[in-house]
Amino acid sequence: MKRQPDKLGHYGPYGGRYISETLMPAVIELEEAYKHWKKDPDFIKELAYYFKEYVGRPTPLYLAERLSEKVGGARIYLKREDLCHTGAHKINNTIGQILLARRMGKTRIIAETGAGQHGVATATVAAMFGFPCEVYMGSEDIERQAPNVFRMKLLGTKVRSVTSGSCTLKDAMNEAIRDWVTNVRNTFYIIGSVAGPHPYPMIVRDFQAVIGREARAQIKSITGALPDLLVACVGGGSNAMGLFYPFLNDKSVAMRGVEAAGEGIRTGRHAASITAGTPGVLHGSKTYLLQDRYGQIRHTHSVSAGLDYPGVGPEHSYLHDTGRVEYTTITDKEALKAFRELTLEEGIIPALESSHALAYAMKAAAKMDKKSTIIVNLSGRGDKDLDTVSGYFKDALEKNS
Amino acid sequence: MKKNTAMKNKSARAVKGAKGRCGCGGAEERCWGRGAERIERVFGELAKVKEKAFIPFVTAGDPSLEVTEELILKMEAAGADIIELGIPFSDPMADGPTIQASSERALLQGVTIKKVLTLVKKVRRKSGIPIVLFGYYNPMFAYGLGKFAAEAKSAGVDGVLVVDLPPEESGELEVELRAAGLALVFLLTPVSDEKRMRLVAKKGSGFIYFVSLTGVTGARVKMKAHVAEHIKELRKYTKLPIGVGFGVSSPSQAAAIGAHADGVIVGSAIIDIIAKTSNKRKVLTEVGKFVASLKAVLRP
Repeated sequence: MKRQPDKLGHYGPYGGRYISETLMPAVIELEEAYKHWKKDPDFIKELAYYFKEYVGRPTPLYLAERLSEKVGGARIYLKREDLCHTGAHKINNTIGQILLARRMGKTRIIAETGAGQHGVATATVAAMFGFPCEVYMGSEDIERQAPNVFRMKLLGTKVRSVTSGSCTLKDAMNEAIRDWVTNVRNTFYIIGSVAGPHPYPMIVRDFQAVIGREARAQIKSITGALPDLLVACVGGGSNAMGLFYPFLNDKSVAMRGVEAAGEGIRTGRHAASITAGTPGVLHGSKTYLLQDRYGQIRHTHSVSAGLDYPGVGPEHSYLHDTGRVEYTTITDKEALKAFRELTLEEGIIPALESSHALAYAMKAAAKMDKKSTIIVNLSGRGDKDLDTVSGYFKDALEKNS
Repeated sequence: MKKNTAMKNKSARAVKGAKGRCGCGGAEERCWGRGAERIERVFGELAKVKEKAFIPFVTAGDPSLEVTEELILKMEAAGADIIELGIPFSDPMADGPTIQASSERALLQGVTIKKVLTLVKKVRRKSGIPIVLFGYYNPMFAYGLGKFAAEAKSAGVDGVLVVDLPPEESGELEVELRAAGLALVFLLTPVSDEKRMRLVAKKGSGFIYFVSLTGVTGARVKMKAHVAEHIKELRKYTKLPIGVGFGVSSPSQAAAIGAHADGVIVGSAIIDIIAKTSNKRKVLTEVGKFVASLKAVLRP
C-alpha cells in the first residue's frame, strides 16, 4: 500500500487541516518538530525507556483459552493493553506527545476526554513531567465516568466540565480547541485519538503502532504464523490504528474495526460513523461523520463513553474506502454480554469500549476453524465502567449474593 | 464630503452615483457591481473620503429570519457598509459563548443554507449593501460546493468567509467561487508569519480579515495594542483592504482600530443586544443605535 498521509496530511480524500488560521502555525510547528524528533536517537531511546519502565511494555499477548473453547472456533488472543499503566492504551500516545511538548518548550498541557482514559493518561504524564494540565470533559461523561474524574483531580489536573451541545466527547474537543486557539503560544494540545488536523492522526498512529509491532512479533513467536484476523473497537480509532498499522501490508491478515451500534443502527441512537455516516469535515479533518443532510453534526449514543463520538480518524475512512479494513458494529447489549463473558471465563474485566471488539471477535471465531487465530485489542480495563455496568447487571448480582 | 442631515447616518457607499447591475432592484442610487468587485469598490470609495468601513455580524435566523432581514436594512440605514451574515453550525469551534448560543438559537429556528440564501434574495430587493456569508465548512460541503457558489451568486451574495478553511484546503471552494465572481475572504492572526501573510494575500479576495487576538470570537474589555504593527506589516504583502475583528465591542475600541485598519468588524456585542432584548421593535432600535455609534467614530 502507498504510504499515507501525503505532505498535507491527506489519506486519499480524507484528513487534511480544516482549522482556524490561528492554529495553522501551531500545527505546522508540531509537524516540523515531530519530523525532526522522531528520527532523533535520544528521543527514540527516551520513548522506549518510558514504554518499558513506566507504561509496562511489552504488554502480553494472552490466549483466552476458556473463552475460545466456549465459543468453539478460532483461538482468540488478547493484546493486553488493559495492563498498561493507567489501565488503557491511551498512555502510549500521551507519553510520546509530552516528550515532544518538552522538546518544543511548551509549558502547559490541555486535552479532551470521553471515557476519561485519555484524560487520566494525560494527567498522569503531566504530573510525572511537572506540567500544569487542564482536561475538557462533557458534563454527561463526567457523570458516567466519575472514578476517572477523581483520578485526574488527584493527579493535579483541572477537569473542565463542558455543557454545550451534547455534553460529550465532541463538545469537549470543541472546547479544547477554543482553549488552544486562545493559548496557542505556550500550550500543547495532546489529542487522544487518530483524529484532528494533520499531523495529529499520523502522530497518534505512530505512537500507538507499538501495539501492532509487539503483537506481530508475539503471535509469530507463539504460533509461527501471522494471525488470520485482527479486531479492535473504533470510536476515534486510536487503538485500532495502533494494532492494524504494522499489519497493513500483510495481505493474509483480515481486519475488522468495530463501531458502536448503541441501541441499534435503525434507532438512530448509535455512534457508527463509518457504517452509517457520510463524509464531511469536523475537528480539523475530512472524514466519515454522523450528520444530518444539512451538514449539522448529530448527537450520538453508546453505552461506552469512549466510542460516543460522531466522527472517526481520517485514515479509517480511507481504509474503509479502499476495503483494506472492514467496519462493522456491535450494540450496547452485545457489548455488555461480552463484558460479562470475558469476566466470568477469563477473570478479566474489560472496558466497555474493548467489549465491542470482543463481542464481534466471539461471533467471528465461532465461524472459523480451530486452527485460525484472532487477535483482539483489549484496549482497556473495565474498572471505570463498574457504575454503568452495575445498572445493567443488578439481577445477576443479586442472584450471586 | 459635505454633510447634511439627510445623509448624516449614511455611508459614502450609498450617497452618490447611478443605478445599475448590482441586483438591488433600483434601491441603490449607483451601481456597485457584484461579488468581490462590489466589496473592493465599497472600500475604495470609503478610502477616497478617508472613511473606514463598519462591518456588523449577525447570525441568519437569530432570533428569526424575518428579524434578520429587518436588522440588515436597519444596520445599513444606521451606517453599516458591509454585512457579515452568519450561517449557523452545530459545532462552532472558533466562536465564543455568545455566537455559539446565537448559532443554537438559529438552528432551533430550522435555519439552513437554502433559507439563508432566500433571506439574501429578499434583502437584495431593497438593498445593494455587500453581503459576506460567514460560516463553517461542513454545511457548505454538505450542500455541494458548486451548487452553493452558483446559488449564492444568484441570490446576491458577494463573498464567503469559512472560518475552518485555511488556504491549504480551500482549492475546491475557491474554484467554484471564482467562477461565480464571489470573494473568498481569509483570516490572518497575530501569530501569522510572513509565509502565511503571503499565502493569504495571494489567495484572498474582497478583503483580509485580521483577527485582533489569539482566541475565539466574543466581546473583550481590553484590546491589545499590537494591532497597528500587524496591519503595517501586513500592508507590505497586500493591496487588499484590511478589516479587523474579534473582541471589538465599543466605539473607543472601534476608533482605535479604525485609525489603522480599513474596516472594523463587530459581532458578539451586537448579538448580545439581540439576545437580551425580547421585543422585536426594540431589537431594531437598539442595534440601530449601537451601529450608528460605532460608525460615527469611523468617519473623518
